[in-house]
Amino acid sequence: MAADTRVDVLRRLPLLARLLKSRAFQPALMLLTLFVFTLAILTGWFGTPAGSRNFGIVFVWIVWWALLIVILVPFFGRLWCMICPIPAPGEWLQRRGIIRRAPGKLRSLHRRWDRRLKNMWLQNFGFLTIATFSAIILTRPNISAWVLFGFIVLAIVLSLIFDNRVFCRYVCPVGGFIGLYAMMAPIELRARDCAACKAHRTKDCVTGSAAGYGCPWMVYPGNLQRNTYCGLCMECLKTCPKDNITIRVRPVGADLLVMKEHRLDEAYKAFIMLACALLYSVVLLGPWGWLKDAANMESLPAWAAYAAAFWGINLLVLPGMFGGVTIIARFAAKQTAPLRQLFIDYAYALVPLGLAAWIAFSLGFVFANGSYALSVISDPFGWGWNLFGTAELSWTPILPGAVNLLQMGVLTGGLLFGINVIHRVAAHHSPGRALHATLPFAGLLTTLTLVFLWLYLG
Amino acid sequence: MRMVLYASLLVIALVALWLLLPTQSQAATTHHVTIDAAQYEFSPGRIEVAQGDEVIITLTASDVVHGLYLDGYDIEQQVLPGVSQQIRFFADQPGKFRYRCSVSCGALHPFMIGELVVSSNAPFRQAVAAVLLAVAGSIFYLSRFRSSQNEQGSETTRA
Repeated sequence: MAADTRVDVLRRLPLLARLLKSRAFQPALMLLTLFVFTLAILTGWFGTPAGSRNFGIVFVWIVWWALLIVILVPFFGRLWCMICPIPAPGEWLQRRGIIRRAPGKLRSLHRRWDRRLKNMWLQNFGFLTIATFSAIILTRPNISAWVLFGFIVLAIVLSLIFDNRVFCRYVCPVGGFIGLYAMMAPIELRARDCAACKAHRTKDCVTGSAAGYGCPWMVYPGNLQRNTYCGLCMECLKTCPKDNITIRVRPVGADLLVMKEHRLDEAYKAFIMLACALLYSVVLLGPWGWLKDAANMESLPAWAAYAAAFWGINLLVLPGMFGGVTIIARFAAKQTAPLRQLFIDYAYALVPLGLAAWIAFSLGFVFANGSYALSVISDPFGWGWNLFGTAELSWTPILPGAVNLLQMGVLTGGLLFGINVIHRVAAHHSPGRALHATLPFAGLLTTLTLVFLWLYLG
Repeated sequence: MRMVLYASLLVIALVALWLLLPTQSQAATTHHVTIDAAQYEFSPGRIEVAQGDEVIITLTASDVVHGLYLDGYDIEQQVLPGVSQQIRFFADQPGKFRYRCSVSCGALHPFMIGELVVSSNAPFRQAVAAVLLAVAGSIFYLSRFRSSQNEQGSETTRA
């Protein structure tokens, strides 16, 4: 994975470089997504309560979700964060403008974000909380709209208290997993020459300049080695006086092996995402009505048991199984690194499998329910409109025969990639006995993959 | 160690190949199944038949209007509470096919799903075989070609 295999996209496409450096480009896209986001909230509040006839539910949880997890994240990493409407109003208030670079400091109380919260734990617990209520949030337009509205209010409040995108970096439950899976993407924003950044005294990418703001994501682009916390806002592209920032095409999953940045909070994000994909596949796509009733809060005791099991599997069962396999692998490969370090390092092998699992899960309901998008675009509120003549189109599953094949292919790809990551991590810790450590993990990953396959095909 | 590993991989590959073998077909039978649809579950949620069997489904609804759409067979039938409907077809395609509610029946309507499994479920067996072969091939590759590279130096980065 040497740097010379990477392709400097902006050198090859100078027009794209000009576009990305334009101060109007990102706000224009954000205004567009903000319009759709506002419509989703309004239709949730004032439209039909039937989720499959409501723009808010269909466009957020089917169209946007499919776009995000099947296309944007795997191929473009954090590209969604570049155009996400949720932080937009707060950021524009901070900056006292939308397009132009306002002089002076950002407008906020300039409070410091607590050091103990400078990690993914808030995002982990936020995602788990949302996921526990997912059967409600994903299907009730009104509640879904309040959750989306809550996100935007929280983003505004945080932007008034703290500088920059604290909400995106440390709080947004969606941003957390996008960051994790952005490590898989075949594109990256990086400095062309890190030495030039090191020697550069003013560090405009951090402090800002007349051309743009200091990095709103609070990273130092000059030493960026992973996609995880870069929101692709392109401010550093605008501020760098040496034209030293670029976007490159690179090997898929290259960030997973930047081991000096491996952390427990990120490892747990990998566990949570994989476990949630498995649990969603069981609860939402399975034939077990009693589980759907429990998730749907038909009775409080049943829901409480469901929630306890949901959190237990996410935080204890899967990490516990993984920890057990780590012990076996450490013993088999005679590795001397601390168990905690090995547990964290190997957990990054769950990133490709987790992403594959989410794509497979999403294919399972997006193809089945995607046709609702055509009818709700003509009648977003479910009030009997027919704006584009498609309101009466009936529900039709798309390519039901192809979904299983796609799921199988994606899961197999994620599994093989995961085994490859395990082997590389093992080679780092015990070069001569990498295979000894790989085999137990290969067994676990294969078992998990077969469970997914059984759920979808068996 | 290496011989044990290769023997294990061979066993995995043989299991995979066994999964790909055609299964013995049985004489076709007729299955009479009553499926009741209620928010948000079909009862039974899973039906298992053999390829070539005739399936006669009596569809009922016990609360609101529901429907049944069978993936892969493109069969759709709506049902009102108190009025049963009959669906008849030959299970000529092997695999797992979901039956879904086709009438918007409430909040969890998109997730009201049942499963028809037509044995020998060749697609599932093939998928498992493909995964096992891929994993065995991957481990073989890592043991045979990557181990020597690893001994020369790791590609990972840790400061």
